[in-house]
Amino acid sequence: MGDAKIMIPQKAMLIDITLCVGCNACQDACKEKNHLAGGKETRLSATAYTALEEHGDVFVRRLCQHCEEPACVSVCPVGAFTKTALGPVLYDESKCIGCRYCMQACPFQVPRYEWSSTKPRVQKCRLCADRLAEGRQTACAEACPTGATKFGNRDDLIREAHARINAEPDKYVHKIYGEEEAGGTSILYITSVPFEKLGFNTQLDKTPMPSLTWNALEKIPSIVSVGSVFLAGVWWITNRREEVARAEGRMPRKGGSSENH
Amino acid sequence: MGLDMQKFLSKVTFWKVVAAIILTAGIYSTYVRCTQGLGGSTHLSDKFPWGLWIGFDVLCGVGLAAGGFALCATVHIFNVRKFEPILRPTILTAFLGYLLVIVGLLYDLGRPFQIWHAIIMWNPHSVMFEVAWCVMLYTTVLALEFAPIVLEKLNLTRGLKILKKLSIPIVIAGVLLSTLHQSSLGSLYLIAPYKLYALWYSPYLPLFFFVSSLAVGCAMVIFESSLSSRAFRKSLEMDLLMQIGKIAVVVLGVYLTMRFMDVYNRRILSLLFVPRTETYLYWAEMIVGVIAPLILLTFPAVRRSRSGLFLGAVMIILGFVMDRLNVTITGLQASAATRYAPSWMELSITLAIVTAGFIAFSLAAKHLPVFEHETAVQEDLQLKPATEAWIQDLTLVSEHDQL
Repeated sequence: MGDAKIMIPQKAMLIDITLCVGCNACQDACKEKNHLAGGKETRLSATAYTALEEHGDVFVRRLCQHCEEPACVSVCPVGAFTKTALGPVLYDESKCIGCRYCMQACPFQVPRYEWSSTKPRVQKCRLCADRLAEGRQTACAEACPTGATKFGNRDDLIREAHARINAEPDKYVHKIYGEEEAGGTSILYITSVPFEKLGFNTQLDKTPMPSLTWNALEKIPSIVSVGSVFLAGVWWITNRREEVARAEGRMPRKGGSSENH
Repeated sequence: MGLDMQKFLSKVTFWKVVAAIILTAGIYSTYVRCTQGLGGSTHLSDKFPWGLWIGFDVLCGVGLAAGGFALCATVHIFNVRKFEPILRPTILTAFLGYLLVIVGLLYDLGRPFQIWHAIIMWNPHSVMFEVAWCVMLYTTVLALEFAPIVLEKLNLTRGLKILKKLSIPIVIAGVLLSTLHQSSLGSLYLIAPYKLYALWYSPYLPLFFFVSSLAVGCAMVIFESSLSSRAFRKSLEMDLLMQIGKIAVVVLGVYLTMRFMDVYNRRILSLLFVPRTETYLYWAEMIVGVIAPLILLTFPAVRRSRSGLFLGAVMIILGFVMDRLNVTITGLQASAATRYAPSWMELSITLAIVTAGFIAFSLAAKHLPVFEHETAVQEDLQLKPATEAWIQDLTLVSEHDQL
């Protein structure tokens, strides 16, 4: 995956919260492109891959962060999520067993569920992977009238975000949210109102989420190998004593009881 | 009213009626779950995707079956043969426990018809994948450990011989698998450091889950032996259970020390005194499930008394259930910013699954050589007659059904 990142420029989106006027064109375009049920929604849902949350008079656009090292990809038992080379994190419903661990694991609380369906799917933004494959940009970025959502290569957008902050250092908070959070994400935010006040999880550090469980899982081969040798060894010792005792006539001979082996 | 009707009515006890009601409600809830999905039958939501069925049915179900692997290792690996008489009913409890976990999962999964996907679609980076495989493999191991009981009844000696040859590798596999997935149920929550309340989130969650499963394993052996001895008129192997009570004290002591050192090392001692629901439930779990039984069972007089052992065991089990529910529900409420409480249908399914377990246990005990080392004995009852009658009813055995 490391090589792929260098060879293929990862796509991303820069969301400049100071430029968002709350017109909802992004959600409308997204719903149209993905054939989702209509109507304005202010929270992510099974029918809203993106939504504008209102914090006072500030609009904060939320969607799947398409992390560099996604928690959902690592926790899904059947590998229904994949991080694709261009950047989008995609979900394969044909594999999904509906355990909802992805929903529990996502630090951004993104995946939504079709609770009332008898064949429910996890629903979240797909970063218009099909359009990206054709060299086009996401539907939401194309629809945004103010340029609050900008599509491009991740490296270029990070450079641009830094440039905007440096050009107006009093206007912006000196941080690009998503540059390093949880190992870095493909959706980057810059803002003038502090991130904590806009509902962002500011406790996230650079640690990629998958490493948290990998620390435990990587010990398994050792536990199994050391454990089986230990248990077999104990059995050998404790049962050997019994055999010797029998041979020396200190214990009744074997046979009769159905539990002994 | 004919003689048949009278005979039928005499078998109808209070607990049998309760069981019938629970099972009927469970059937209705199953219908709603199947036709209206999780949304129509549970209070789960996008903010709270896991609830009672994961917290109790899966996590507690797996834990409460822990007596199986611990006792198996004690008897077959560490060669402490004296515990052999209580091994079979413990394996039965464990086997039923895991079957009930799988049934609970079939309800909770959004797409249970694809549950087999984990067999061919692998993601070794996922703790859930490891849990799924361990549960599948361990249920198989339990079936193989339980099979001799069935084969004996059916007199299939060839099969018995083959199983006996495989028994040590099976037991070793069982111990390893159990160790892995008792702990990995805790590992599931390692991915949620920003969500799980600090009193429960710890990098040592897998270790805590494993050690507490050993404690509740001891408690379940005492609990099941006590109920079975009353219900099926078997002698109670007090000397064995007293020793298990002592072991439980040591395990609880180790567990308490670990939990305390963890809170101390993570510098959250102050959280123990913040006045909020999480704090109260944490203290409840630690006092009821760890500290009180630890102190109680230290006294030899308590361990020598059937009611004392039984009470200690019940407290450990309650504390264990509280711990699992605290990790899966209580500890996640604050970060989810939503109040989750199970719907009546979630509760009814859980109760129905537990009831089915009791029924299956007593059916197996009646028709299979589970208690073969026991002889029917008239006991001096130390429990009050009312309690004894309650226990008898609970296990759906009446005077008429005695072997």
